[in-house]
Amino acid sequence: MKVIVGQGSCGIATGAKKTVAALEKAIYENRLNIKVGTTGCIGTCYLEPIVDVYDDDGKLTRYVKVDEEKAAKIVEEHIKGGKPIEEFAISSEDEQFLEKQTRIVLRNCGKIDPENIEEYGQYEAARKVLTSMRREQVIEVIKESGLRGRGGAGFPTWFKWNAALEQPSKEKYIVCNADEGDPGAFMDRSVLEGDPHSVLEGMIIGGFAIGACEGIIYCRAEYPLAIKRLEIAMAQAREKGYLGKNLFGSGWDFDIRIKAGAGAFVCGEETALIASLEGERGMPRLKPPFPAAKGYWQKPTNINNVETFANVPWIMVNGGKAFAQMGLGPSKGTKVFALAGKIKKGGLVEVPMGLPLENVIFDIGGGIKNDAQFKAVQMGGPSGGCVPGELIDTKVTYEDINKTGAIVGSGGMIVMDETTCMVDMARYFLEFTRKESCGKCVYCRIGTMRMLEILERITAGEGQDGDIEKLEELAYKVKEGSLCGLGQTAPNPVLTTLKYFRNEYEDHIYRKKCTAHSCQALVKYEITDKCVGCSLCSKKCPVNAISGKVKEQFTIDQNLCIKCGKCMLGCKFDAITKE
Amino acid sequence: MDKMEALDKVLEEYGKVPGSLITILQKTQDIFGYIPKDVINHISQATKVKPAKIYGVATFYSQFRLEPIGKYLIMMCQGTACHVNGSDEIAREVSEYLGIEDGQTTEDGIFTINNVACLGCCSLAPVMMVRSAEGDETFGNLTKEKVVEILEEIRSREA
Ligand SMILES: Cc1cc2nc3c(=O)[nH]c(=O)nc-3n(C[C@H](O)[C@H](O)[C@H](O)COP(=O)(O)O)c2cc1C
Ligand code: FES
Repeated sequence: MKVIVGQGSCGIATGAKKTVAALEKAIYENRLNIKVGTTGCIGTCYLEPIVDVYDDDGKLTRYVKVDEEKAAKIVEEHIKGGKPIEEFAISSEDEQFLEKQTRIVLRNCGKIDPENIEEYGQYEAARKVLTSMRREQVIEVIKESGLRGRGGAGFPTWFKWNAALEQPSKEKYIVCNADEGDPGAFMDRSVLEGDPHSVLEGMIIGGFAIGACEGIIYCRAEYPLAIKRLEIAMAQAREKGYLGKNLFGSGWDFDIRIKAGAGAFVCGEETALIASLEGERGMPRLKPPFPAAKGYWQKPTNINNVETFANVPWIMVNGGKAFAQMGLGPSKGTKVFALAGKIKKGGLVEVPMGLPLENVIFDIGGGIKNDAQFKAVQMGGPSGGCVPGELIDTKVTYEDINKTGAIVGSGGMIVMDETTCMVDMARYFLEFTRKESCGKCVYCRIGTMRMLEILERITAGEGQDGDIEKLEELAYKVKEGSLCGLGQTAPNPVLTTLKYFRNEYEDHIYRKKCTAHSCQALVKYEITDKCVGCSLCSKKCPVNAISGKVKEQFTIDQNLCIKCGKCMLGCKFDAITKE
Repeated sequence: MDKMEALDKVLEEYGKVPGSLITILQKTQDIFGYIPKDVINHISQATKVKPAKIYGVATFYSQFRLEPIGKYLIMMCQGTACHVNGSDEIAREVSEYLGIEDGQTTEDGIFTINNVACLGCCSLAPVMMVRSAEGDETFGNLTKEKVVEILEEIRSREA
């Protein structure tokens, strides 16, 4: 019998450590001899903490939302008594969340113990490459697979590898971009925490293909668990001889080290990342020269995303054709999406490219929280845009999503319902990019500031005639006048919301209304005749804006009201409305 | 070990390795909890990097702090998923409860609030992470009531 608990960051945040402690305590008290194992993020984050119990015949029972009490019962009745507890187990509907996916990048996530190399395997893909293939052959397989960069731009991986290979230098570097800067995306974190060896193996293969002397993983500082698991994985790989000198007897030396980022979104951009690796301020520079020619310490450098690397071992084992058979048009293979926001089943979803958005959000994600109306999905984070409800049948390929004005990006999907204000979303992203602009380009530094000011005044109810036009003009100028991807794409959230939700901007500016009831300055709280005069709201109000006689209808002084909503939350009679 | 001694050990290991400035600053912050101004001069002498440049790097990255922080660093996620799920309100509640704003420390030196962009637990939004000497603890699915409970629990532990 085997007991395994999902302990990615998300599992731990929902109390997985407490669940483990409760399991261990009950196991000890029942004098059983079973160790509680660890695995990474299973992907069904909305069901955490998750406990998998494998019977001796290999049958799996997956328990979900296991608190300490449930944990004790599971030990008592299932592990000791041999009787699985149906009511704690995952429902067949929730099982579909995983069954409807095609998992290549996530093939091991939530299955193996990320801290145990034996469970990952023997680096068969790297062994095959290093013992039987030439560099050009490796690149040929990647070309056949059609793999494109998963970090955002979707650039063909083989092309970058080939460009780096063609450089004559003896000193070359391969870098894994684990900066995962899109706020709202977490697939790279899950892969690093749940299956670090797949990334290392991908880097070994890529490193061999370009003839690198060293690999570097640039990991964002907010992911301490990912860094810890990578360090463990690297130490184990070194012990096995998969990293270090003379790998697999090929005569090729290669090792990998981690460099922790220090919190700057722009460092996800290749040239800024390189500056940061060199200990400088992370400021992008003009390309060309591309990193493939002049990168880290001016040496040829190839940078790929975590997910890109995680695909590589699978491709080398199964062949480029098998990968290319999945997907649609020039978007091959699968893509991992991080579903979050107003979604019922938030988590990680890996599907073949080309699946309609509807399948991802409704079939797999279970639709909108509280069965509210679906409004839009934000893709590509601060560089992307909002795909509106009416385009829900858009297929997720680089090409189709680009047509909507959004981008596939790194795979974050933030689902929004009718309570999300699209002007506020645009303001939110501009605030982010304004703060994260490195300041090198004037348009990016000051243009985003001016755009943000306009958006702030619109959401504060002080929008003016002409603001929309000014926003549009600035948006195009910022795009044109910026050197790197940050500034070039920063206006996208504004442009897509203007394209699909212009009426909301107009409502804010001309009618001083926020139809989503989200912009505080534009909402109005009022007490209706349902009020019985209990006076509770007037006691909750922090600014004494509510007055009235007990047992009669109270009123809110709109001049004093700070719109905190405490009265509405406190009212037991549903007598307060928000307009 | 004395903090300066610990720092000297770090400088011995990384001081002469090119491109190590960020690593040195990270380790300095691990030792002191922040990057004290006089330490910048010390690092400059050991590495021969000008203080202005060290200062430039330290202020570029959001991870580095030039002021001491409280015993508990409350990192409020302001990522997209958290924003959509009402992180603003949660952050306001925390500010109100502690009587400080983002970036500030309570007078008793127990709490510092720091807004961050995405802690990678987006499906549990809204999320916050509490960092202390005991390690990091992440809390998800926050409500106004829940954050106050968590903070009260820490307060009572420290009382
Ligand atoms: C502002 C900005 C931020 C970026 N952030 C990331 C990131 O966090 N992770 C990532 O893999 N790529 C990021 N990229 C894309 C990288 O520059 C680069 O294209 C990518 O790492 C290449 O790997 P790939 O070909 O495997 O996608 C970012 C680009 C820009 C312009
Ligand atoms: S957006 Fe808050 S954890 Fe990702």
